[in-house]
Amino acid sequence: MPSERPRPASAPPGPLAGVAVIEIADGVAGAFCSRTLADLGADTIKVEPPEGDALRSHGPFPGDAPDPESGGLFRFLNANKRAVTIDVTTATGAALLNRLLDGADVLVTEGSVRRALDLDAMRARLPSLVAASVTPFGETGPYRDYAAYDINISAAGGLSFGTGFPDREPLTIPLQQNAYLGGFAAALAVVTALQARDRDGEGQLVDTAVAEAPALLLNGYHLPTYIYKGIPGRRWGNRMSLGLFPNCVLPALDGHICIDAPQLAQYRRFLEVLGDQPWYSEPRYRNRRAMSEEYPEEAEALIAPWFAERTKEDIFETTRTRRIPCVPVKTIGEAVADPHLGERDFWQTIDGELYPGPPYRFSESPWRLDRPAPRLGEHNGEVLRDRLGLDLAVLRRAGVV
Amino acid sequence: MSGVPRAAPLSGVRVLDFTWNLAGPYCSLQLALLGAEVIKVETATNLDGMRRGQYAIDLDPDASPTFNSVNLNKLGLRLNLKRAGGVETIESLAAVSDVLVENSRTGVLDRMGIGYEALRRHNPTIIVASSSAFGGSGPESAYPGYASVFNASGGLGSLTGYEDGPPVELRDSIDLRVGAALTYAVLCALWHRERTGDGQYIDLSSVEAIAALAGSSVFEHLMTSAVPTRVGNRDARHAPHGLYRCRGDDWIAISVGSDAEFRSLCGVMGRPGLASDPRFADGYRRLRHAAELDAVLEAWTRRRAASALTETLQHAGVAAYPAASGEMLLNDGHVRARGAWQEVEHPKMGRRAVQGLAWRSTPDGPPEARPAPLLGEHNGYILGGVLGLSSGAIGALTEAGAFE
Repeated sequence: MPSERPRPASAPPGPLAGVAVIEIADGVAGAFCSRTLADLGADTIKVEPPEGDALRSHGPFPGDAPDPESGGLFRFLNANKRAVTIDVTTATGAALLNRLLDGADVLVTEGSVRRALDLDAMRARLPSLVAASVTPFGETGPYRDYAAYDINISAAGGLSFGTGFPDREPLTIPLQQNAYLGGFAAALAVVTALQARDRDGEGQLVDTAVAEAPALLLNGYHLPTYIYKGIPGRRWGNRMSLGLFPNCVLPALDGHICIDAPQLAQYRRFLEVLGDQPWYSEPRYRNRRAMSEEYPEEAEALIAPWFAERTKEDIFETTRTRRIPCVPVKTIGEAVADPHLGERDFWQTIDGELYPGPPYRFSESPWRLDRPAPRLGEHNGEVLRDRLGLDLAVLRRAGVV
Repeated sequence: MSGVPRAAPLSGVRVLDFTWNLAGPYCSLQLALLGAEVIKVETATNLDGMRRGQYAIDLDPDASPTFNSVNLNKLGLRLNLKRAGGVETIESLAAVSDVLVENSRTGVLDRMGIGYEALRRHNPTIIVASSSAFGGSGPESAYPGYASVFNASGGLGSLTGYEDGPPVELRDSIDLRVGAALTYAVLCALWHRERTGDGQYIDLSSVEAIAALAGSSVFEHLMTSAVPTRVGNRDARHAPHGLYRCRGDDWIAISVGSDAEFRSLCGVMGRPGLASDPRFADGYRRLRHAAELDAVLEAWTRRRAASALTETLQHAGVAAYPAASGEMLLNDGHVRARGAWQEVEHPKMGRRAVQGLAWRSTPDGPPEARPAPLLGEHNGYILGGVLGLSSGAIGALTEAGAFE
């Protein structure tokens, strides 16, 4: 595990420094949207109900002991944010939210909390506000009120259709990835709306349907194949669609590797590693497309023994020096310990907690991890008292915070 | 409001596009849809992989569905940088551009003479965004990779699959997640430049863009010492939670997150007694008996049509949706009502449905989609219109083979 490094105090601010974001969301997608904005410097305040965000009750927890301050999903989604508690269902709470929005550029909202807000009235009152709604199926259309958890979105967006083995059930994708995709799309929408606002000061409602984000992402594969050729696509199991042999996941001595070497030069370098093989000269094993699509089990059986008797590390030592795209399928533990990611300081520690680091490195306005996820109401004083000048004791007595 | 639509968010922004395959082009696609003038630089001697082989219809590089899908609204410049005048032409374009995006292996653009340091001499405020497999530094920085490699190395690959099976590939969405991250980085760098006047360099590691999404599993690993692994369609909190076979070869995703939702499901099944069955009466017991519950549920779903079942369950407040195929996504009434599809008239492939941005904006509407460029389709506009080259100068470049 990487050690904690002192963060240079002089690190410049991120590109979104000066953008003020209010998040009032009760799901993964909205929280990930504002996390994405906060990581690049947006001043982001999370508004939770007095009993706390629903995701605080989700694991994983240290020692499997539930604790609203230590849930792993909540910690991951809410680093770099400040948090206040406001009961926005009360008149005083709603007024308080409006006070916060008066100083904000962006509102990010999601799910059932979003339904409690009158976005039209907010936008009429604050014409420069960028209001980002993140919902499973969007603000419009016949399914706008449909319920969906991540597995339903995986199905609706088309990802499940292509994931898994053809003779088994389709699979969802892990770790609420659809919500991350939708939240990321919403962050793109927010920055775009801010750029549009630069022209004339007018804000915008940006409406992201989480189910559309993976659908759009499938653009490159089975959708065009269906639209132009009428080929419906299918589940490819541990192989890649539209590929050339070898392009699959195979067992190694201590786990799995993934090989995907479409270029002829890469494939030749791989064949040199295998050494003399009698099958090279057979015409059946010269058509790499047919080997991939028509008789992949048979073709893979030719190379599988070489992998099966070696460790992932030994395999990678051989393939990396020859620049053959063939890598271990790393477990999360192996990814955390990975020397390459280590040398790039990818994993970052703050207050003893490890977070994934920057997906992008800016030379001038870096991604930063400035604060761990907030405790419930941690910034009530700083935000409600110091910034808004309110009396916390009064708010507490009224049950608002 | 004046009633006249304002300019697109990125109108006036010019992008030099050295991306290819999928991840990079998905980024410049979004920049183009947002109104940037994107100039895609290509050479026939090393074609974009999506113009080649099985991706193209009848091996025609100008007739590739996949290429069209991820290169809408771009301009095409055919230019061979290995010929005399090629690099100089890019330098001139860089001087009048705002952004360069690329996804070649680390160091390839530098060796061609058009890396960040070289181009800064021609345009001090340029933004150069590089997307590579492992990033621009570290021991694997020169290692090549595709979506499958990013996924395997980033840790997510190990989590995708059946609980009793190998990791299954998840290439379909990986490239495009990387492209979305690159797009966000470019948009934020443009925002920064608007405010400070500074350009910059962006180093995006595709492996890291995927590892950044491993999120809560990193906490799980460190908090519980467990190695997170594949769980198929199982969930830590919900049961039933899965994809269940319906009539024909259709499947429906059903997930139940509360006792109330379970009672609704049992009601729709016509078996209200199941809700008080000692095996299924609360969330904890449903998780303990998830396999039995799955069997009961699938015995019911498999005689029914996925779409009708979805409507019935949703009306009862149960989260359900069919596993959508391409055909369903294309024809679904909701997806159509949302305006997710537009049509473009492609000169070689005819009128086809394409997707635009993933979100809807009010009052700004969606951008209008135009087909991807044919190879070199806009050479005349770019060389004459943007660079103001004379016909003599263009003739000299032609003579040198710069447009091969």
